[in-house]
This record gives sequence, C-alpha cells and structure tokens, in this order.
Amino acid sequence: MGIIETRHLTHDYQKIDEDGKTQVSCRAVDDVDLDVSPGQFIAILGHNGSGKSTLAKHLNAILLPTQGTVYVDGLDTRDAEKLDAIRQRAGMVFQNPDNQIIGTVVEEDVAFGPENMGVSPREIEQRVEASLKTVDMWEYRKHSPNRLSGGQKQRVAIAGVVAMEPMCIVLDEPTAMLDPVGRKEVIRAAQKLNREKQVTIILITHYMEEVIEADRVIVMDQGKILMQGTPREIFSRVEELKAHRLDVPQVTMLAHELRKSGLPIPEGILTVEELADAISPLVNHTESKKG
Amino acid sequence: MIRDITIGQYYPADSVIHRLDPRTKLVATLVFIISLFLFRSFAAYLVATAFLACVIRASKVPFRYMVRGLKAVLILLLITVLFNMFLTPGTPLVRIWKLTITREGLTTAVFMAIRLTYLIIGSSVMTLTTTPNQLTDGLEKGLRPLNKIHVPVHEVAMIMSIALRFIPILLEETDKIMKAQMARGADFESGGILRKAKSMVPLLVPLFISAFRRANDLAMAMEARGYHGGEGRTRMRPLQYHRRDGAAYLSLLVYLLAMYAAKRIAGF
Repeated sequence: MGIIETRHLTHDYQKIDEDGKTQVSCRAVDDVDLDVSPGQFIAILGHNGSGKSTLAKHLNAILLPTQGTVYVDGLDTRDAEKLDAIRQRAGMVFQNPDNQIIGTVVEEDVAFGPENMGVSPREIEQRVEASLKTVDMWEYRKHSPNRLSGGQKQRVAIAGVVAMEPMCIVLDEPTAMLDPVGRKEVIRAAQKLNREKQVTIILITHYMEEVIEADRVIVMDQGKILMQGTPREIFSRVEELKAHRLDVPQVTMLAHELRKSGLPIPEGILTVEELADAISPLVNHTESKKG
Repeated sequence: MIRDITIGQYYPADSVIHRLDPRTKLVATLVFIISLFLFRSFAAYLVATAFLACVIRASKVPFRYMVRGLKAVLILLLITVLFNMFLTPGTPLVRIWKLTITREGLTTAVFMAIRLTYLIIGSSVMTLTTTPNQLTDGLEKGLRPLNKIHVPVHEVAMIMSIALRFIPILLEETDKIMKAQMARGADFESGGILRKAKSMVPLLVPLFISAFRRANDLAMAMEARGYHGGEGRTRMRPLQYHRRDGAAYLSLLVYLLAMYAAKRIAGF
C-alpha cells in the first residue's frame, strides 16, 4: 500500500442558502484514484478550477471526501481520532506565503508544528535547526518574516512542515505568487528534501517547467485525472494537452513545431540540451550536403 | 517603508532588565504603579524617583526614549493638573480673576503630575525592554491560573501574537489599496475631518474582505500544522525564572519597604 491512496475520491462544494437547503452543488473532484509510493516526486498539473487544490486539501484531512476514501499511510482521513497522526504524516504548504506563517520570528514559526505535537523543548530546538538548514534559511532564524522575500518566506513555510518530520509533503501551488528566482529556490528545496531525506513530494502547480524532474505527472481537468505518466510520456502528447488549454514547456513546444514541419525530431523533448542534441546532427548533415 | 514599523517600542540592548523574565517585569510594573497611588507622600516619591532612576540606568535605554511616551499624554496631564489646581476647595493662596488656587489644590496637582509621569515612564521601561512576543508569552504563562475560572488565556495570547504578526501585513495592504484607488481618482487628502473619514469607507471594505480571507487561510494553515488549542502544547523556549528574577523580586520588596518607611518616618 502506498503512502497516500485515494479510492473513488469525490468532493462536492455546496452553496447552502439561509434555510439550510442546498442551492448549488459543484463537483470539484470526481472519482479520483491515486496511489503514491513512498519516496516519489509527483507533480499534479491542471489549470484553474481543475480540482487540483481540492484534491490536495484531502491529503491531510483539511477537507473530507463527499464520497470515496483517502488513506494516509493506511489511516482513513475520516477517522477523527487519527487526525493529529495524519497531519503529522502529511504536511502541507500553501500558496500565499504571508497567510501561512504564524510566528513573528522565523525560528518561532518553524517551532509551531512541533510545539503542537508536544515535542520536548530540546528536541524542538534540534528540529528547528535541522529543518532551517535543509532549506538554507538558518542565518535568517532571528529575522521577522515580514522582511523576507517571497521565496524565502515559502522556504520558511517548508521548514515549518519539515520540522514535523512528515513522510509526505503536499505543496499546493507554492510558487504561484513568486518571482522566477523565488520559484527556483522553492522547487530546489523540494527536490533536495525528496532526494536527501526520501520525503514523498506532491507538487501542485501550473508551471510546466517545474514538473520536468518529477517521477510521475498527473494531469487533471474538470475534477478527473486526464492522463498520468512520466514527464516525457505526458509532454509527448502536445496536441492533447493543448486541447485542454494546457501549455507545454517552451522547448517541448519548439521541438513539436519543428517535428510538424518535417524535421526528424523525437516527441517529448524536455530540456534545451536534449533539443540541441537532436538538432545538431541534422545541421551537420545539411552542411556536409552543401559542401 | 511601512513594513519596517515595529509594534510596541522595543529598544534592543543587552541589559539585566532586558534579560529578566517578562512575568517579573509585568509584576514589577504593576507593583510600582500601585505603590505610586498607595503612598501619598513626597518622601515616598523621592524613594520612587531613586528606584526608577536605578532601573532606567540598568536598562541601558537612553532617557529620551522614556520621555517620548509622555508626549502622548501631555494634554491629559495638563488638564488633570489644572483641574486639580483650581477646583480643589481649601485655603486660598492666589486669586486670578474668578479662579482660586488653594494650598490643597496645589499639593494634589503636584502629586497627580508626579504619579502620571512616573506611571508612564514606569510602563515605558517595560515596553522598551520587552519584545511584544515576550509580553504575550509572559501574559499567557502568568495568567494561567485564570484558566480555572474559564478565562481563555492561551487563546487570548495567541490572538495577540497573531495580531502582532498581521498588523504590518495589513498596513502594507492598506497602502496598496489606497494607491490603487488614488490611481483611479480617489482623494484621501483634502477636506475636513468628516470628509476624510468618509473617503476612508471605500478603503475599509476591501481591507476587511482581504483580512477575512487571510484569516481563513491562516486558520487552515494552523490546522494543517496540527494546531488544536493550548492543550498538550509544548514550547521551544519555555519561560523559566532565573536567579536574576529572584534578585529582582527581592529589590522590589526592598523598594516597597523603603516607600513605607519613607512615608512613616519622614511624614511629609
């Protein structure tokens, strides 16, 4: 059994009028089956309203399923007694860095999670130090979060989750409000955690560039899983993605266009280097013809 | 820059007073203020002056920072002094037009002035040497016994520290909304007080909406990090009394005895 598993997960948002009757019901997640093995780096893609954030909020019991079940490390999220255990196992980082930092000093904020878990003071100190060092924010431990950049704040938020020593971290569009530099910092921190500490990462995003190094990509549309596979498999299906108003990385797009106009370039090119390698033999070929 | 605003007026320095436990400082301030009203005598106020001077000296905070707090209450201070001076019945000293200054009035006025000034300076010493966080921590731990009579001490302390965290953020947001509205022709500067207040209304609506949205997000983030109230919660650096706190309480006791003795023996 995987660390996170959902079976037929369905969630409806309901608008309830003053009499307590349901006015509008809107299905945000529709019959989703997900199985994440420990240590994986999973990316969930989808444009606004595709249900990806709703799905994420189910993974540590902030939302409970309307139908179906969610298991975190074998624990059913509906089980209210296991709530603390579930939240310790699956940490969550949200989109807005300002609205998830609770402490007025960086180290105090990182200590918030372990404090809630009732960890002893000495161990909290150790955990705070270790997790701030993991995200390279140790020298800012005495700073006020208000003076940090967006990327730094988001890394503090990650450290706050890491200090709870979770098995899995769900990042819900952590880079949506950041500049390109901050985005890179955050993604690098997540990758480092995945590689060095074998923490399972579930990254929700709509930036295609961020999913290239994931083990598995899941594309969502209208509450359903549209496709899943390795980044290369997913980005080989350019036309299909475009039909669902999803972008592909620029390089992939360029390779796709070149291929369409007749050049023998393989599908699913993900990086500039790969494209260069694919093009350079062709250039040499034409030049030798000329000569 | 708005984000540089510090709440409270903490003056960072490395002194004995700064290192004292916030609970000690809270209790000492309270005792000091009560003592000012309890011992009504010039001799006692001499003792209080000496005590305050020693504390200020030990705190390493420049004196002008202490006096800064007085500016805000200057008008209140003047009104109190004048009312006491002119309206207390007793032996007349000077007569100006229809107003009489009495001997009793003069003494009361002087007493009031000293009390209010020392009260402000005394509490300034506390706020200048204690960070807002330490203060809320001290309040939470110091008032814990009130939990028994169902006062939500932990919750109140949590609310205070979250407010401290969000004041600069909301100020920045206000600035943003103001600029956005000014760009579309809103006028916040001209007109009298009434018009200025009225022009603030369209500012408050978006500000409130955003504050509620933030509160919602924050609640979710706190829940996601396992917050379930104060029960079973530990602290990274729990407040602990040290030897210096014992010494502080001892000097407070000596101060009280000195006040009492001064009033009893000198008697003026």
